Amino acid sequence: MLKSIRSTFIMIHECISMSISNIWGNKVRSFLTVLGILIGVTAVIALITTVSGVSSSITSSFTSLGAGTISVSISGSDLKSGLTRDDLKTLTALTEVDGITPTVSLRAQVTCSGETQSNVNVSGKSSYYFHLNEDIVTHGRELNFVDEDNSSFVCLVSDEMVSTFFFAVNPVGATLYINGTPFTVVGRFKEDSSSGIASIFSGKANIFIPYTTALKMNNSSLVTSFTVYMSEGVTSSQASSALEAALDPMFSYEEDTYTITTMDSIEDTMETMTGMMATLLGGIASIALVVGGIGIMNMMLTTVTERTVEIGLKKALGAKPWQIQVQFLIESFMLSLIGGIAGVMLGLLLSLVFSEVIGSTFVVSGGAIVLGVGFSAAVGILFGWAPARKASRLNPIDALRSM
Amino acid sequence: MSTNHFFHMQNICKDYLMGEEVSHILKNVNLSIEEGEYLSVLGPSGSGKSTLMNIIGCLDVPTSGNYILQGRTVEDLTSGELADLRSREIGFIFQNSQLLPRLTAIRNVELPLIYAGVRPKERRRRATAMLERVGLADRMYHYPNQLSGGQQQRVAIARALVGNPSILLADEPTGALDQKTGKQIMELFQTINDEGRTILMITHDMNIAAHAHRVVHIIDGVLTEGGNTSDA
Repeated sequence: MLKSIRSTFIMIHECISMSISNIWGNKVRSFLTVLGILIGVTAVIALITTVSGVSSSITSSFTSLGAGTISVSISGSDLKSGLTRDDLKTLTALTEVDGITPTVSLRAQVTCSGETQSNVNVSGKSSYYFHLNEDIVTHGRELNFVDEDNSSFVCLVSDEMVSTFFFAVNPVGATLYINGTPFTVVGRFKEDSSSGIASIFSGKANIFIPYTTALKMNNSSLVTSFTVYMSEGVTSSQASSALEAALDPMFSYEEDTYTITTMDSIEDTMETMTGMMATLLGGIASIALVVGGIGIMNMMLTTVTERTVEIGLKKALGAKPWQIQVQFLIESFMLSLIGGIAGVMLGLLLSLVFSEVIGSTFVVSGGAIVLGVGFSAAVGILFGWAPARKASRLNPIDALRSM
Repeated sequence: MSTNHFFHMQNICKDYLMGEEVSHILKNVNLSIEEGEYLSVLGPSGSGKSTLMNIIGCLDVPTSGNYILQGRTVEDLTSGELADLRSREIGFIFQNSQLLPRLTAIRNVELPLIYAGVRPKERRRRATAMLERVGLADRMYHYPNQLSGGQQQRVAIARALVGNPSILLADEPTGALDQKTGKQIMELFQTINDEGRTILMITHDMNIAAHAHRVVHIIDGVLTEGGNTSDA
């Protein structure tokens, strides 16, 4: 028993070195055969790595932006269509809530020193917004509680507005007419680069005014949409249930009066989507692997036919059928393994280039590498099986007769 | 069926199906060989002598008849057991030496030992000794295409003997060689036989067959004893 294990080991060791010399001896043909597997594995690795890199970039930008926040949108009841300022104060007072920024926006015609621009995006902001985005104001001051309480006619203008209306003039202190109402410019803000995704939802605002003022200009006193910032160490489910508990009495426990959306649920959706994308692309790429496997099978069948003399000779020299089978299996295994390893390296290189070009993070997925190498090795054994079996069953006489 | 025969064949027939017709390649062949004998089978091409050699060499099984090699009934063995028997008992030499072109001389000689499961070190030692014996000590690391026909056939002889088989089966061992080289190979065969190894040689060349101690003739699948030629 021990002896047969040892001789098997010796045999397999010899088969590996013999198959390497056979593969090397037919360089061009081996390369072309391996190409199918190589392309397949490259595609699998490149797609999976790129997709997981892109999705981790998306997730991290979501996290940096939306972690710790909850969006609430109010559809309201017949009696009450939104939240008053006092309601918002009640919500802000919750221990789970750090602060609230209401979303109030309007499109307005802006006039200043004889020039008019219509359809300007004006956004109502709470003082808490400036607490969150401390660096946003470059000149002048932020909007504060006093502005909020008094619904003051003050505004902040974006860099873009400055270049439109106040070219080379300090805008602070100037007067701006929004839908005919005079506003005093108290400061200037730079476009918030980090709010890339938020601006997709709300549009890019060029003028900030106190949200209470914005409500007035919309002829309303009620907030219908706002973002809640959670206190530190509070989970979004804790915060949502606290919000629900506070919101329900405000709407007399009527159903369907508001919707609470946590970032967790958006992240989950994103993850499911990118996961599906990776699976789909991986599936398409594995078709290439199957095609590559057929290429290997074809090459091995040709090899068996070509090497009938060698097979017959080896049988005459005492090789058992299983030894012949193992030799050919190892050869196809080695072939596809070489293709697989080369494919993994090429795939990683490609996705590194991709990630540089599209600016996503480069994440080496261990699972993808195991999948690529493992799949190619499996392809080698699977598609090498039939040719190897054919070789092992070759009658030594028929094999030697072609001498 | 005495036990001191090296092998014993009784009423061996081999039929092949050629299209619709059954062609009888071997017809009731009876042949025995003693241990240490040097026998040659002489016959023209198509006489069935290669088929006979394949059956003796356990590469093929007879259609009918009885073949006993070293006390074992060959037709009862599986293909794995036949391979085992070939590995231990039989050394083959073919007409065109049949070396693997991608292996050096010494690696070619090592080949049977790989299938027998011999350790690399021991393998190398035995292959080296065998190549020295056939006079190729300085050609061990040459590839077959760097060797002359005679040298290639010597490598093939070394390969056939390296597993220490009890019988050497040679199919036209000098067929591809010039006369002078052929003579050298025959001298080598004589030395091998002198050491007690059984040799069965198949040839169509009467002059070559004459080197053996006993010659049998085969014509159209029928074997006839040709007498002792050792003193011819």
